[in-house]
This record gives sequence, C-alpha cells and structure tokens, in this order.
Amino acid sequence: MKMKWNAVIISFAAIVCLAAAGCAKNGKTDMDPAKVLNWNLSSSGPQTLDPGLNGASDGGDVGNQIFEGLVREQNGKVVPGIAESWTFSNDDKTITFHLRDSRWSDGSKLTAHDFIYSWKRAMDPATASEYSWIWEYTNVVGAQKAAEGNGSLDAVGIKALDDYTLEVNLNYPTAYFVSLMAFYHFHPVKESAVKAGPDGTWASNPELFVGNGPFMVSRYTIGEGMTVVKNPNYWNAENVKLDAINIAFIDDHSTAYQAYKNGELDFINEVPPAEVPRLIAEDPEFYVFPLLGTYYYNFNLDLDIWKDVKVRRALTLAIDRNKIVEVLAKGNISASGFVPPGFPDHQGKDFAETAGNYGIPADSSKVEEAKSLLAEAGYPNGEGFPKFILLYNTSEGHQLVAEMVQEMWKINLGIVCDLENQEWAVFQDTRKEGDYDMARGGWLTDFLDPMGLLAIFQSNNAYNDPNYYNDKYDALISAANISIGANHFDQLYAAQEILMADLPVIPVYHYTDDYLSSPQVKNWKRSMLGTVDFSVAYMER
Amino acid sequence: MKRYFFKRFLNSLLTILLIATVTFFMMRAIPGGPFTREKPVPEEIMKALNAKYNLDAPLIVQYFDYMKGLVTFNLGPSFSRVGVSVNDLIIQGFPQTAKVGFLAVLLIIILGVPTGIISALRQNRPIDYTVMFMATLGVAIPRFVLATLYVYIFAGILGWVPTFGLKTPIAYIGPVIALCGYSLSFTARLTRSSMLEVLRQDYIRTARANGLRSLSVIGKHAMKNALIPVVTYLGPTIAAIMTGSFIIERIFAIPGIGRYFVEGVANRDYTVIMGVTVLYASFYVFMVFIVDVLYAFIDPRIRFEGRSR
Repeated sequence: MKMKWNAVIISFAAIVCLAAAGCAKNGKTDMDPAKVLNWNLSSSGPQTLDPGLNGASDGGDVGNQIFEGLVREQNGKVVPGIAESWTFSNDDKTITFHLRDSRWSDGSKLTAHDFIYSWKRAMDPATASEYSWIWEYTNVVGAQKAAEGNGSLDAVGIKALDDYTLEVNLNYPTAYFVSLMAFYHFHPVKESAVKAGPDGTWASNPELFVGNGPFMVSRYTIGEGMTVVKNPNYWNAENVKLDAINIAFIDDHSTAYQAYKNGELDFINEVPPAEVPRLIAEDPEFYVFPLLGTYYYNFNLDLDIWKDVKVRRALTLAIDRNKIVEVLAKGNISASGFVPPGFPDHQGKDFAETAGNYGIPADSSKVEEAKSLLAEAGYPNGEGFPKFILLYNTSEGHQLVAEMVQEMWKINLGIVCDLENQEWAVFQDTRKEGDYDMARGGWLTDFLDPMGLLAIFQSNNAYNDPNYYNDKYDALISAANISIGANHFDQLYAAQEILMADLPVIPVYHYTDDYLSSPQVKNWKRSMLGTVDFSVAYMER
Repeated sequence: MKRYFFKRFLNSLLTILLIATVTFFMMRAIPGGPFTREKPVPEEIMKALNAKYNLDAPLIVQYFDYMKGLVTFNLGPSFSRVGVSVNDLIIQGFPQTAKVGFLAVLLIIILGVPTGIISALRQNRPIDYTVMFMATLGVAIPRFVLATLYVYIFAGILGWVPTFGLKTPIAYIGPVIALCGYSLSFTARLTRSSMLEVLRQDYIRTARANGLRSLSVIGKHAMKNALIPVVTYLGPTIAAIMTGSFIIERIFAIPGIGRYFVEGVANRDYTVIMGVTVLYASFYVFMVFIVDVLYAFIDPRIRFEGRSR
C-alpha cells in the first residue's frame, strides 16, 4: 500500500512540474507591452478568418485588422483604403476605383486583379460563401445571377483596366456601393495563399497567412485566442502604432469583464447584461453605440386573427416602448418605425427623424386609441379575442421583453397571450416555416442605406417572416433599388409609410452595441455597422 | 482470463457502436441544422454546403459513411469551424482538458479517500464533523457557483490568480477545485460511510479480537472492502472529469473539449457532437473495464472466471 502511495505522490509531483514547464512556453515574447493591445472578441473564436467564407461579425472584427478593402468606414465616414480615390461616370452606373501602390503582407504587389479574383471567388456558388447573397444588393452587372449559379462569372461587370484601376459596372446607380466595400465580404484575398490552405485554413495559419491589413496573423489557437502583429508591408504602416494585438476568445462575459477590471484585457466587446445599467450611469470607459438594427415582433399574416389591421395597430399602440427600454437599461432607443436612427438621407437629414413616428408613440399615450381600435375590430375590451402564443428564442432578455409586452396587452387591451420559447436553431426553423402566431424578429443591416432593412419585407425576400405582401410596397422598394439621391429616398420614405400603416410587424426598439475600453487605448474607431478598427489605435501606458 | 478480456473488449466495442448510432440518429432528429442562420442561407449555397459536407446523401448512407470514418479514427470536418477537423479539435483541446482533469482526479483520490477514512475512524469527533461539513458544502454548491465565486474573490478582489486561461501553474487551482469539488466531497462521504459499514463487520471484530495491530486491521482488512464502492464510483467519474466540463471551461476560458458537448449541440455541429460523445463513451467504457479489473485486485473473492460455478 505504501509503495502505491509513493507512486501516486511522485506522479503527482511529475505532473505539476510538467504543467509548469508546459506553461512556461506560453510566456509572452519580447514585444514591448506598452504597444500591445489585449482585446477580447467575446466569442469562442470565429468560424473562419477567410473574408470570402466568413458570415459572422466576430470574424469580421478580426478581418478588419488583418485585411483592408477598397475603403474603410469609420464612424459613418468613408475613408480611402486600398483605393486612393474613385470616380463615377455621368450616369452613376460605372465606378472607377484608383488603387494605391500597395503590397500583400508577403511583400508581393496587390493589384486590381486580386480584387477581381477575390470577388468572383466570393460570389461563386462553388465557394459556398454564406454571404454571397449580398451581391444582389451591390447591383453589380451579372453578380446576382452568378451568385445564384444562373450566370457566368465572366459576365460579371468588374474589370481591371490596368494593375491599379478597377472598374465596376452597376445595373443601377447605387448610393451605398462605395461604403459597402468596407465590409469584410469584399476584402481581397491572395489566390496563391487561398490555394495553399483549403477551406479558409490559410487565414488562421501563421505560416500560410497572407493579408493586406495593418496587422497579420502570428499565432492562432483554437478556442483560446490569437495574436496579430504589425504588418510592415501595410501601405499605411507608419501610422500603425501598435506592435501587436492579443485577441482572446472568451465567450463568458463575466470572466471577460473580471479580466478587464484586473487589467488583463484592455478592450472588450461585450459585458454582462446585468452590469450595463451601472456602467452606463457611472463608467466613462463604457461606450454605447446605436447599432443599425431593429428588435420587433412578427405577425403571422397567414392567420385569420391578424387579418384586421386595426387589431395589429391596437397591439402596436398598446406597448409602452419607453418602459421596455428603461427596464432593459441598455441604452436602446424606442422604435416607432422600422428604420433606426443613423441613416442620413440625400439631404443629410436623419432618415428615422424625418420619417417621424407614424402616430406610434414611444410611451403609453395612445392606449385609449388602441382600445377603441380593438373595439372597432369587434373585440371591445379584448372580449372574444382568441388566445395566441408569442414565440421567442430562449434568452433571459427576450423573455423579459415578452413578459412586459404580455402584461401591457393584458392590462391595456384585455388580450391574453401565452409565452413560449424555443432553442435558437429550433426557433429559426419554426419561424421560417411560418408555424407560429407571433414571433420575435431582429434584423441588423450590413450596409449604410435604409434599403437593407426595408427590403426584407418585399414579398419574395427570404426573411419576410410575417409573409407580408403589398404590391405597392414591393414596387416602391424595387424603384428605390434602381435610383439614387432624392428619388431613392422618396421611395424609401413612401415605403416605410406603407409598412407602418400595414404593420406586418411591431417594432419594439433599436439595437445598441457596447464596449469597455481602457482609457489607455486611444484613437480606436468603429464603423456604423459595428466593426471595430484598431488600424491607427495606440496605447498610452 | 484471456477469454474474459476478449469478451469484455467485444462488449465495449458494441456499447460504443450502440451509443454512436443512437447519438447519430437522435441529433439528426432535432430541428435546425448546421447552416441554420438568422439570415437564411440562399438555396444554391445551402445545396453547395450540403454537398460539401455530404449532408445531401440519404441519412442511412451518411450513417455508414460516418461509421466508416469512425473505424479509421477520422471524425470528419467541423461545420462551425470551417476547415478544421474534429480530430484537430480533439487533438488541440483534449490535452488542455486532460491536464486540468488529471489534477482534479488526483486530488479526488489523494484527498477524498484519506479524509473519508479518517472521518470514519474518528466518527462523531470534531474532525469528522469538519470533514463532513466541508463535504456537504462541496456536494451542495454547484460548480458554476464555485467557479464564479473563485474568480470573483481570488482573481477579482485579491488579484492572486489570473482571471482566465492556463498560462501559469497557479491558474490551474481554480479550475481544478471547481471541477473536482463535487466528486471530491462525494468520494469522502462515500468512503466514510462504506468504511463505517465495514468496521462494524464481524471479521473486523475478529481481527481486532485476535490482537492484530489497529493499522493492520484498517489498512489490510477494512480498507480493501471499504474501497469497492468508492472504486465503482470513481471509474465513471474519472471518465467524466477527464473529458471536461462545459461550465468550467467557459468560466475559466480554457480551450478544452468540454465546451464542445454544449457548443456542438447549439451549433448543430453534428460531427463535433459525435466526436466528443464517442470519445466520452469510449473513456467511460474503458474506465468501467478498469474498475472491473481492480475489483479482482482489491477483493480476492472476485474472480474473472469462477471455477466453482
């Protein structure tokens, strides 16, 4: 027996030594810690870093540091990236990008041909990029057809006039096209690198990685984190002040928050929801930004109970949005329309502000109107209104909102609904199949134009969950799609007016995005679409 | 003896096969799929993705294809991490999980068993009460509470340990304690009660009456019998601990495989679910086998093949 115990103790000691030795290897390299940023991505790691394959925002956040598109978008402003300048033809249907003389991280020349390769690869159905649908919104000649597999890639309207001139032909003038080029899907990739590491593995393998952003991948550990170091071949390298960024993949918000408070992290993308109200109130290191998206409830318009628009309007008016936003305490904005604030129109005025509230107040001031609408529809005080189920995907936040709405309808209208939650993937299937009475919805846009939000309610859109159909609405969105300037926005204003009269959905609030950033991190930027940008950030330790 | 091992081996393989089969068809039965997205993936892309991952073949064909891979230890590609195979995920993650798991198992054995024995020998004395109080706490407090409290106090308030990761030896303390807390306490309680029962047996009294030294009675005669239920419990527990815990790995941000048990299901990452389930099942079956072998060493009355039958 004694012998056995000795063996156990020895092996225990051996393990401890081994563990200690194993850990020593992980120690930091000789980089100047004053020039290294510690950032948490708030996910367990991106699904891929290959811009053409990526379909998620965490990969996009990293992509913005290791790749660069024709332009960058910082706080709503489009700034030159690889394109030094761009010109429009007289009919606005041809855009010519003039590329700067820039290099890949391996030192080779980056040309317009690289963009052609990357874009055709991204839209090619054989690549199976999850985001290839976005080509429909680019209005590039032949792109949608090619992405759907119905047209040749050779017929797509993108051409390299010479190594540094890229010409894009559009079906219609498209106001947001240039800003869209900041989006990760349009980042260039180098053909030889892509071929060296299939399925996007090249992008997370330091030996195979070739990028064109301010930083390049130097370490990648699945589920743990990665390090990007300054790319000496980046065209603007002299203004890149950070030597490296350590990117942690901590998906537990409480752990990340604790690590931030301990100084182990300098910048974190998300914080525990319970901390938000206090942070908003008293922490100057906490930043809240509007996110271009809306939280709403879908009516399943195939059901008879929602046939009467008066019922839909009554339910919409009976919600006190301010109260919901106040309880959530995340700095959200009550939604009276579908388009969130933040989109400037052709006159530079805010779209949401100009559009007004369509008689849908942020507070409970129209409860009486809601009551009389319901009575007109034949359900005075909610009598005889069938019980329905409000469906949401399982989450404390969604439950909180649903419970408040349920209560408001009961008190204000006498309408009773049951709440039901489903696990995320199940919920999405149920909603897509239209197997619900009323279901939560959320939409974030990927480009700086209200089109991105309003287009989802066109009758043929895959995300038209309420199954809404109004031919006038369809026509207006189609018309907006092929126009720019005043014309474009007039159609969109008119479209949202129809949408808010028909109310296929109940808008609840607009999303926000929050960050904790140590005061030592200076000059970081963020795009309106919610991507962080550390290209010219620096540390003041 | 050989025949017994062979039979056991076949039995184990069959068990693993059965678990793999049931898991395979059960996870396909739940709604949603690996490419279910908020923005639905266009049909053509869905087709291309399904073709790429062999998801367009009939389910039964997919099953046999998967089993073919499994036999050659090819667990297939992960759906949620593009270009990464499940083999890679396990090769990268298992050492991290196992390092923490192994320390936890050691702690359970070298702390749980002796304290249980001491507690039994000093029944109803202060040391017994102390041990049992701690053990009750350990059983009652859920892992995530223990882990969160630990991070809050030792990393947050005191700043003695790093908040996340396994970068330094000291960083192992939290995950190991949180991981083994329950099992350690349970082992101590189990050892104690089983020891108490054995100590009341006639043969112990006989041994004592014969004037054997107390240490010899306890160490040689009592402990062997008392340990049988403990070993039975420890076998499967070791399998569970060595394959990690979702909650512990999440809270301490350990890049192990424990998280894939939950993440895999949430992402409908079929191959990952299969991979970790089969790994856990194999480990479990192996540990049960080891326990059976240990029985024979601990208790001479247990034989692999009794002639007397």
